[in-house]
Amino acid sequence: MHYTQIARYILKKTIKLATLLIAVSILSFTLISYSPIDPVHSYIGADMTRVGPEQREAIAEYWGLNDPPVQQYLNWGKNVLQGDLGTSLLYRSPVADTIAERFLASLALMGLAWILSGIFGFLLGILAGMKEGTWVDRLIKGYCFTLASTPAFWVGLLLLMLFSVWLGWFPVGLGSPAGVLAEDISFIERLRHLALPALTLSIAGVANVALHTRQKLIEVLESDYVRFAKAKGENGFTLVWNHALRNIALPAISLHFASFGELFGGAVLAEQVFSYPGLGQAVVQAGLGGDVPLLLGIVLFSTIFVFIGNFIADLLYKVIDPRIRKVDI
Amino acid sequence: MRGVISRLNLRQRTITRIILSIIVLIGIVSSGLLIDADRLSIDLEMKNSAPSLEHLFGTDWLGRDMLARTLKGLTLSMSVGLLAAFFSTGIALFLALLASWNKRMDQFVTWLIDLFLSVPHIVLLILISFALGGGFNGVVIGLALTHWPSLTRLLRAEMLQIKSAEYVGISHRLGKSRLWIARHHIFPHLIPQLFIGFILLFPHAILHEAAITFLGFGLSTEQPAIGVILSESMRYLSTGLWWLAFFPGLSLLIMVALFDLLGKNLQTLLDPFHGQKR
Repeated sequence: MHYTQIARYILKKTIKLATLLIAVSILSFTLISYSPIDPVHSYIGADMTRVGPEQREAIAEYWGLNDPPVQQYLNWGKNVLQGDLGTSLLYRSPVADTIAERFLASLALMGLAWILSGIFGFLLGILAGMKEGTWVDRLIKGYCFTLASTPAFWVGLLLLMLFSVWLGWFPVGLGSPAGVLAEDISFIERLRHLALPALTLSIAGVANVALHTRQKLIEVLESDYVRFAKAKGENGFTLVWNHALRNIALPAISLHFASFGELFGGAVLAEQVFSYPGLGQAVVQAGLGGDVPLLLGIVLFSTIFVFIGNFIADLLYKVIDPRIRKVDI
Repeated sequence: MRGVISRLNLRQRTITRIILSIIVLIGIVSSGLLIDADRLSIDLEMKNSAPSLEHLFGTDWLGRDMLARTLKGLTLSMSVGLLAAFFSTGIALFLALLASWNKRMDQFVTWLIDLFLSVPHIVLLILISFALGGGFNGVVIGLALTHWPSLTRLLRAEMLQIKSAEYVGISHRLGKSRLWIARHHIFPHLIPQLFIGFILLFPHAILHEAAITFLGFGLSTEQPAIGVILSESMRYLSTGLWWLAFFPGLSLLIMVALFDLLGKNLQTLLDPFHGQKR
C-alpha cells in the first residue's frame, strides 16, 4: 500500500499531538500561576505554625517559585521531557507513578463501562431503528433523551441507595474491602466493588450510541438495496444482519471511541460517588488540596487519553472503511 | 385531552409545549425567590422526617425543609446557568464572526475549538475553578469559558454557508463593505441560531454546575445549591435517608429536561429547516 501516505498521516498526527500538549500545558500553567492558592501553604498544611517564614522561603526557593512564570514553565517542561513530572504533594510519590497506579484502577472501571454501554447502546439503537415509530422506539428514544438531562452522579447515588444500602448486594464504596491486604483480595471481590460505578458510567454512555445507531439504521433501511432485499423476501433480523449491520457498526464504534472525554468526565463523578480510588478521584483531590504537579500531570494525561480515542475513531474511518480507504488518506 | 392534542397541528402543539415549559420554569424561579428565610430555618424537632404532607420532600438532619432548599437551589442553578450561557453565547458569536474574517482567523478559531475540546470537560472546569479559587465567580467563569465550542462550530458552519450564498456575492460585487454585509446579511440569519443555542446551553451549564459543585469546587457549602445538597446527602445515605438525594436530583432532572424541551421546540418554531428534521 501507500507507505509514504501512512507515514505522512502518522507524522501529521504526532505533530498535532505535540502542539496540542504544548498548548494545553501553557494554558493550564498560566491558569495555575494565577491561582490564589499558595502551593507552599498547601504543602505544609496543618503544620503551618511550626514552619517559620525562613523555612517557607527556603521551600519556595527550592521549588523555584520566586522565578518568573516563564522560567518556571521552561524548567517544568524540561523535566517533563526527561520523564519527570515532579512529586505529588498529597501522595508524596512521583506523579508518574501515582498516575500509572490510579489509571489502572480507572481503566478497569472505564473499560468495563465503555464496553457495556457500547453493546447495550448498539442493541437498543438497532431495536429502536427496526421498530421506528412504534412504542418500543418511543420508549427507547424517551429513555435516551431523559438520560441526556440526568446528572450522572445522581444516578450513582440512586444505585448506591438501592443496591448497597437497601438490598445490600454490593459494597458501599472503595475499590477493595477495607482492612485486607492487597494480595489477599480475590478477583470476585474486586468485581463486586467495580459493578456499581461501572453500571453508573455505562447508563450515562448508552444514549449517544443508541440514538446514533437508530438514525443510521433508519437511513440504511430506506436505501435501495434494502428495498431490493425486502423484495426478495428478507425481513426482520436476517435483513439487518445481512445488509445493515456492517454499515452501521463502524460509525457507531468510531463515535464510541470519540467519546473518551465524556467517559473520563463521567468516571471523575462516578469515582467520587463510590470513593473508588481511580484517576478521577485523584484529580478532584489534587484540585481541592492544591497539588499542582499532580493536577498538571493528570491534565496532560487526560488530554493524551482523549486524543488516543479520537485518533482511533479517525483511523477506523480512514483505514478500515473500504470506501474511504480507496480515495486516499 | 388526547383528542385535543391530536387535533392541533405541529405549530400549535409546538407553541403549547413552549408556553407550558415557560410557565413551569417561571413557577420554579418565582417560588424559589418568594420562599422566605424561615422556611429554610433550622428546626431540630423535625429533623430527619420522611416526606409527608407538611414536608413534601422531607427534612434533613437539621430539620430544614428539603422542598424549600431544593427550590432555592434550582433558582441558584438557573441564575448560574443564565450568566454562564449568556457569556458563552457572547464568546461563540465573537469567535464565529472572527472566523468569517479571513482564512487565517478561521484556522485559528478551529484550532481553539479543538484545543478546548481536547481536555475532558470536567478536568478543564476543575482547572479553571482552581485558578480562580472556587466560589460563585469560579463556576460562572469556568462554565462560560468551556461551553462555547459546540455553538461556535454551529455558527461558523452556518456563516460559511451564508457567505457562499449568491445574494451575498452580488451584494459584495455591488460594492457593499464587509461590515455592511455582516450586519445586513449574516447577522439576521444568525439570530435564531444564537437564541436557540443560548437556550440549549442551559441544560449543559446547569448539569455541569451541579457536577462541579458536587465535587467541591463550585458554590460554597452555605448555599443550598443542588450539588451541595447532593454531596451532603452522601453522608446520610447509609442511614436510609433516601429522600435527601432522590427529590433534589429529580427536580434538577425535570428542570434540565424542561429547558431541553423549550430549546428543541423553539428550534422547530424559529428554524424550521433544521428543527423539523428528526
